[in-house]
This record gives sequence, C-alpha cells and structure tokens, in this order.
Amino acid sequence: MSIKTETMTLNMGPQHPSTHGVFRLLVEVDGETITKAEPIMGYLHRGSEKLAERFLYTQFIPYTDRLDYMNAMTNNYVYCSAIERLLEWEVPERAEYLRVIVMELNRIASHLVWWGTYLLDIGALSPFLYAFRDRDHCLDLLNEISGARMTFNYVRIGGVKWDAPEGWVDRVKEKVKVLRENINEYDTLVTGNEIFQSRTIGVGKLSKEQILDWGISGPLARASGLKMDVRKDEPYSVYDRFDFDIPTREEGDVYARYKVRIDELYESLKIIEQACEQIPDGDIITKKGQRIMMIKPPAGEAYTRAEASKGEIGVYAISNGKNKPYRIKLRRPSFVNVAILQDLLVGQNIQNLVAIFGSLDIVLGEVDA
Amino acid sequence: MSQELLNTIVEKVNKTVGKEVLFFKPAEDEEQTEEKEEVEETAKLNFGKPMIILDSGDWNLTLAKMLRDDSDLGFDFLSCVTGVDYDEHMEVIYNLYNSEKIYYLYVKVKTPREKASVVSVESVWKSADYMEREIYDLLGIDFPGHWNLKRILLQDEWEGHPLRKDYVTDKKALGLD
Repeated sequence: MSIKTETMTLNMGPQHPSTHGVFRLLVEVDGETITKAEPIMGYLHRGSEKLAERFLYTQFIPYTDRLDYMNAMTNNYVYCSAIERLLEWEVPERAEYLRVIVMELNRIASHLVWWGTYLLDIGALSPFLYAFRDRDHCLDLLNEISGARMTFNYVRIGGVKWDAPEGWVDRVKEKVKVLRENINEYDTLVTGNEIFQSRTIGVGKLSKEQILDWGISGPLARASGLKMDVRKDEPYSVYDRFDFDIPTREEGDVYARYKVRIDELYESLKIIEQACEQIPDGDIITKKGQRIMMIKPPAGEAYTRAEASKGEIGVYAISNGKNKPYRIKLRRPSFVNVAILQDLLVGQNIQNLVAIFGSLDIVLGEVDA
Repeated sequence: MSQELLNTIVEKVNKTVGKEVLFFKPAEDEEQTEEKEEVEETAKLNFGKPMIILDSGDWNLTLAKMLRDDSDLGFDFLSCVTGVDYDEHMEVIYNLYNSEKIYYLYVKVKTPREKASVVSVESVWKSADYMEREIYDLLGIDFPGHWNLKRILLQDEWEGHPLRKDYVTDKKALGLD
C-alpha cells in the first residue's frame, strides 16, 4: 500500500526579510524538494520608462538613481553615455576619471551591502556590521563629492556635476588602503568558516549553458566560468587605461559567487588607485552640457551598456530630434537575472531557497523599474 | 570588421529566408535618388554595430536558430529586448551577442500597430521569457509561442498598455487629479 502524498504551495513574500524589498515567490514543494517556483514582481513598478518620455533629457537622471539604488552611479553613467553617443559628444578626461572613481567606489559599496545582508540571511549577524562600517567609508567619499549618500544624481550628459573638493583624491587613496586592510579581515571572519562553507559549496549550481541561455551577466556569469565583463569586452569611459583582472571561478555554485564578489572588491580598489594616480586637471563638463534645456540629440537610436555590480546594465535610447526622449529602454540586470529562479530552484531543497535566492543579489527597485 | 560581419549576416539571412529581405542602401545615383527615396535600407551599421531590419512575416524560429547555431555567427546571448511604438508601426529590437568573439547584432522586427505580433524566441533564448512578457505588458505586442505570456509588472486587471503612444493616463484613478 502506498501512502498518498500531495505537493504543497508555499507563498514567500511579498514581505519577506530575505527579499530586501517587495518580491513574492510562489513555490511548490513535494516534501522538502521544490518542484516549481514562480517569481511574482511589480510591487515597486513606477513606470520609469514611461516617465522618461515626459521629461527633458537631463531631468530623467535622478530617476535612474532609483533603479538599482545600491549602485546608482553606474545607472547615472549608462543613461548619460547613451545620450552622449546620440549627440556624439566628447567628454572631458577629468570627468571620465571622476566617473570611474565614483563608479568603482559605488561597486564596492554595493558588493559590501550584498556581503553583509547575504550573510545575515543565512544566519551570520556580525559580518553585517563590518560590511556597513566599510560601506560607510565609500559613502562618505561619495557624499562629499555629490552631496548624497545613495541617490547621487552626479553624472551629467557631457560630464559630471561637481568637481572633486580639495584633497578628495588624496582622501580616496587613503581610504583605499583602509578598505584593503578591512576586506582582508573578511576572509578570516567568514570565508573559511565551516558552517558557511557547508551551506554554500555545491549549492545552487549554474552551468555555462544555463548562463548563456538565460542571458545572465555579472558576477553570476563569472562564477560559472564565463569571462564576461563589459569593462573588458567593450571598454567604456577610460577603462581601457587600467590594469585589472576579471576574477572567474568554474564551480558555478553559491560559494563561487561569493568568492567572485570578494575578489572583485580588490580589483575595484586597484582601478581606483590607478585612476587616482592618472587623473588629469581640466574641465569636468563640456560647454554644451551645461545648457540642459538645449540638449536635443539628432534623430536616431543608440544602445550603451556598462558593468553594474549586478551585471550588464544597458540603455536603449531613441530620439526623434526633440528635447524629450522618444523611448528609453532600460536593460536592468536584476530583472533579467531573477528569471533564472524558475529553473534554478527546481529540484533544490527548500532549506537552500534563501541561500540560493540571496546569492543572485537582486535589487527590487531595478527588477520593477 | 563590422562591415564584413554584416555582409555575412545579410548573406546567411537572405539564404535562410529564401528571398532578398536584407539589402544595403542602393548606390548613390543622382538620377534615381528621387525615385528611390522611399526605399529604406534594411541592413546597416548603427554606431559601428550591425543592425538588420526585418518584417514580422520574415522573422521566424528557423531564422533565430540559424543566428544562434551558425558557426560563423553564433549569437548565443540575447541581452536585451526592446519594444517601441512608432505611430505607424511597432518594432521589437533584439540585442544579440556572440559571447566568445564579442560580436554584436541588433535585429529589428517590424509589426503593424493593429494586432501587433512577433513570434516568441523564448524557446531559442530563454532570456526572452521575461523581456517579452514585459513588452507584452507595457506595449501590448503579442508573442505567439510564448509559454507563459501574461502581465509581469502591472497588475493583471490593468487596462491598456502604458508605453503605447495613444495611451491616456487616467489621472483620477491614479490619484493625481
């Protein structure tokens, strides 16, 4: 005689601590094994793409801050670079260097938030405090140059809004040293921990084929052995002038994603150091870029992409020659990456759900746009 | 190099479809310019990257699979799908990459505004799953062949598709009036 069993539908969210936002996951479980997972999103949808069509080109920049609010500088940059490509403007060198420094500082801040909150999700409290201590070093510097801690609105079409205050570049150099010391601590605190390793090694494996098929980019792709990084593949801004590596791992599990992100912190520090050495004096914005009412790209379309902390962020901008965009399409890495949950969670143990979900590092502001 | 790649793409796509769907701008000929003004080139470089423009009738899964599997092209990574509402027609734009050789290709598929429909490539590149759903949600373009085509960002009972140019915002319902 066989025992009759049935699957159970489990609803996770929209208010669940591990989502760090409003995100719902419908999971069907057979015993402890997940048989189906359906992400449900849109709770934070603000119609960013619709709003873009109503504003002047410059007025949309603050809205890009609110996509991936952990990594707002890159969002600012990629939007402005799309418009610059349409306009075919040259950006002053100093502005490009400032952009690189702030983008990399922001990437560190973003990875640190992931590091802290992810470990919080899987049950380690104290790393969170370390992560936020170090993240504040980055945010203080960004605050000093842009006047905001998270929604910077700093990059402008044709340059940046503010020049670095006196001594800022030197302070960045000092902070890089502090950060490097502190990040070394992370390995002794967490990476070698036996409990952490047994929760992450071999869990939530992604193959190369899955990565390509689902269009996954960023640290997730690099943790599965794909050497994909927009900074190297199609160098934008002045990234071709720096010497840095793309950390990759072959395993494709949660632990590999963790290691890739930690290694990326060091590479970002390397880039910042070099940029601080090389930064020239000069203008921070083109003359035309200061006359924001007059920005009217010629009719045409351009797609630019950049490496955000979550993956490839892109903007497809279409202009019809007026002073407002005709269409702005935002390619948000989190939105594309989160689709993999449908495939990745099937067959996994329910206890691994949060460990896997957290390792994707999605930001709901970006998923829902 | 992009030009060579574009030539290869044009040749292979025309061969797969079986007729000359892609062509370059006709050579500048002063006498004929006025007559040929209507003809829009369907293969060009857009900021240095190959772009091809197809009609939704010519775009099908065989063509998509050819672009993915052909040994010279190998566009194995679908990065972005964009929907655009031009007042006369609608367009869906696919950004394709070759992840090894870092090639790029934009495929633009034109579809009429009434009953806009473009075949779903979700079975070829899984990443189209959510991006096509998003376009269906915001622009109302149908993707026949999609396994789960329903609204993704807006709630299920939402009426209309906000990114269409003729969409009227109901300010009262949104509490703005």
